Amino acid sequence: MQQTRTTAQTVSRRTFLTTSAAVLATPMLSRRALAADPTELTMLAWYGHAEPDIVAEFEAENNVKFVPKYYTGGDNMLGLISQSPAGTFDVILSDAEYVQALNAAGYVEELDPADYALDDYFPEFQQFPGNWQDGKLFSLVTRFGFLGVAYNTDALTEAEAASYDVFWDPKLTGKVGHFDWHLPNLGQMSLLTGNKIPYDIDEAAWEAVKEKTLTLRPQIGGFFDYGGTFSSLNDGQMLAFAGIGDWITGVLEKNGAKVKSVIPEQGGLQWSECFSIGKGSAKADLAKKWIQYITSAKGQAKSAQMAAYPALIPNQKGWEVLQAENPAEAKRQGMTKDAGNAIDMIRAGRIQYRQWPIQQDLETWNDFWSEYKGA
Amino acid sequence: MRRAISLYGLTFSLPLLVWQLLFFVFPLAFLVALSFWTVKNFTMRPDFDPVNWVTMFGKPVFWQAYGTTVALAASASALASVLAFPCSYAITFKLSDSARRWAIFLMVIPFFTSYLVRVYSWQIFLSDAGIVNVILGWFGLGPYSMLNTPGATMVGYMTLSLPLVILLQLFSLVFIDRTLIEAAHNMRCGRLRTVFEVVIPSARVGLVIAALFCFILTFGDFVSPVYLGGGDPTTLSILITDTTKSGQQWPRAAVIALTMIGTLLAVAFLAVRFAYAGQAKGARK
Repeated sequence: MQQTRTTAQTVSRRTFLTTSAAVLATPMLSRRALAADPTELTMLAWYGHAEPDIVAEFEAENNVKFVPKYYTGGDNMLGLISQSPAGTFDVILSDAEYVQALNAAGYVEELDPADYALDDYFPEFQQFPGNWQDGKLFSLVTRFGFLGVAYNTDALTEAEAASYDVFWDPKLTGKVGHFDWHLPNLGQMSLLTGNKIPYDIDEAAWEAVKEKTLTLRPQIGGFFDYGGTFSSLNDGQMLAFAGIGDWITGVLEKNGAKVKSVIPEQGGLQWSECFSIGKGSAKADLAKKWIQYITSAKGQAKSAQMAAYPALIPNQKGWEVLQAENPAEAKRQGMTKDAGNAIDMIRAGRIQYRQWPIQQDLETWNDFWSEYKGA
Repeated sequence: MRRAISLYGLTFSLPLLVWQLLFFVFPLAFLVALSFWTVKNFTMRPDFDPVNWVTMFGKPVFWQAYGTTVALAASASALASVLAFPCSYAITFKLSDSARRWAIFLMVIPFFTSYLVRVYSWQIFLSDAGIVNVILGWFGLGPYSMLNTPGATMVGYMTLSLPLVILLQLFSLVFIDRTLIEAAHNMRCGRLRTVFEVVIPSARVGLVIAALFCFILTFGDFVSPVYLGGGDPTTLSILITDTTKSGQQWPRAAVIALTMIGTLLAVAFLAVRFAYAGQAKGARK
């Protein structure tokens, strides 16, 4: 009796172990067996860059599955990289001013310019500052946009909004919003106070920027993050916005909100997003393939129409594809052959890169921004 | 009398100890260490440099935000206590047992929905063309700007804390010895005077703890000052995000966070001392 029970127990335990081992191993085996299982490619980017409208085609063609990690803001991005082991992110999208920091910290691989369709790029973007360091390419600009005056079309005419002075208009008291980041806002104030290169200003000019900015404070209805900027423009709570551009109003416009962005007479700023390959990526070849795809004419046209937020693209052939695919959007964003298009604006000197302050510390600007908010 | 630590006892007390160590003591110790780190070129380096403390405490903006945050949280605690008291009083003394159970259930329901969602929905009520202004418009009033004001922040704070304050007050009122109230009435003490001289002193611990919870919740809240207050004025929670948003200044943000934790510990200590003051004496009699 005793004997039998022991045997039965042993058998059942052995059976159990065998069965469970088999069960546990099955996914591994089938994963090995089925070559069709997609390779995962990790991407660190602003929201929208690894969404189906952008990556679905590439994923299908290359049997890849993107695993996105989205961030809000360059500092957030640097934080995520520095807290993760090398090789965590295969592809990194970064705003141009942060590329140098990525490079300095050794977070990105060198790129071979011959791998990419740089000849198709507008000449201005072939040697894009920040992408290159000592003649070596570390990052490739993939899309960009302008920052100017965002306004409610019911409240202001385009002519009224065509100067940063409109923010001081008495009818906008309490109705001017700030995108809560010092760099674009203070850059615009610097343009307004007459600095040709808004981020390369001496102490006297910086004092003038501060003084002018502080006079705007009574007009301000709030300091908003990404979501707050959207909702306060959408429901008309704010009628004008500093520090943003079409990347926000373009999305709202598509959804029927009465908002627009204009580059005022004092000029606008340019944000630029660049792709890099993460240092130590085990899938650098696939990452390279992705950057080739998204900087190709076809990928560029997709990128221009990204559902999350639209952007201008640096690839001339991409403009042609976009004009053929979606002429209305090409026209709306100014990516046509017409005079006064986006590249003409750059060539006319109306657009300046958003960058880190050159003669002051970043901290100085940030501290002033906190002071301004508390004023 | 000291008892030997038994395995049985450890089984039940260890998880709590481990939890405390893992999720409170270690992070706090790390935060303290982090506040002495330095940042060079967007990279944090382990260091032992008081520079972050000196810099943050030397900034007028920091003290301004500190004052604002303390004032807002203190006002919210006072307001929530005053608004909650008639409600919890009525639920305790005026409702039947089953109605009270329903009332408690209704107080719990707001916690079913995310606080962020509730705050966002307030925007629809408070904006210039929002529901409140439309209704006021029917009576020929307004429109008033309500969104992006400290008043709107306060509305958000109440959304966050009022149900909890009512519940906490309720539980202290329910346990008041009702014979005390009867005795007061027998001695011809008026209703209102009974509330102030008997009910409130008897429920003091619960009322103070309720206000303390409101202070703790609102002092560190980021959602209401940003989404209803429009980020203006700057509170400490907003200052933390500002600090991390530029130049990877996590060590300085740690200084702000530690100052906030210190403030809350001090406030909690004082509140608890006030709540129980005189009670121990009473117990000894």
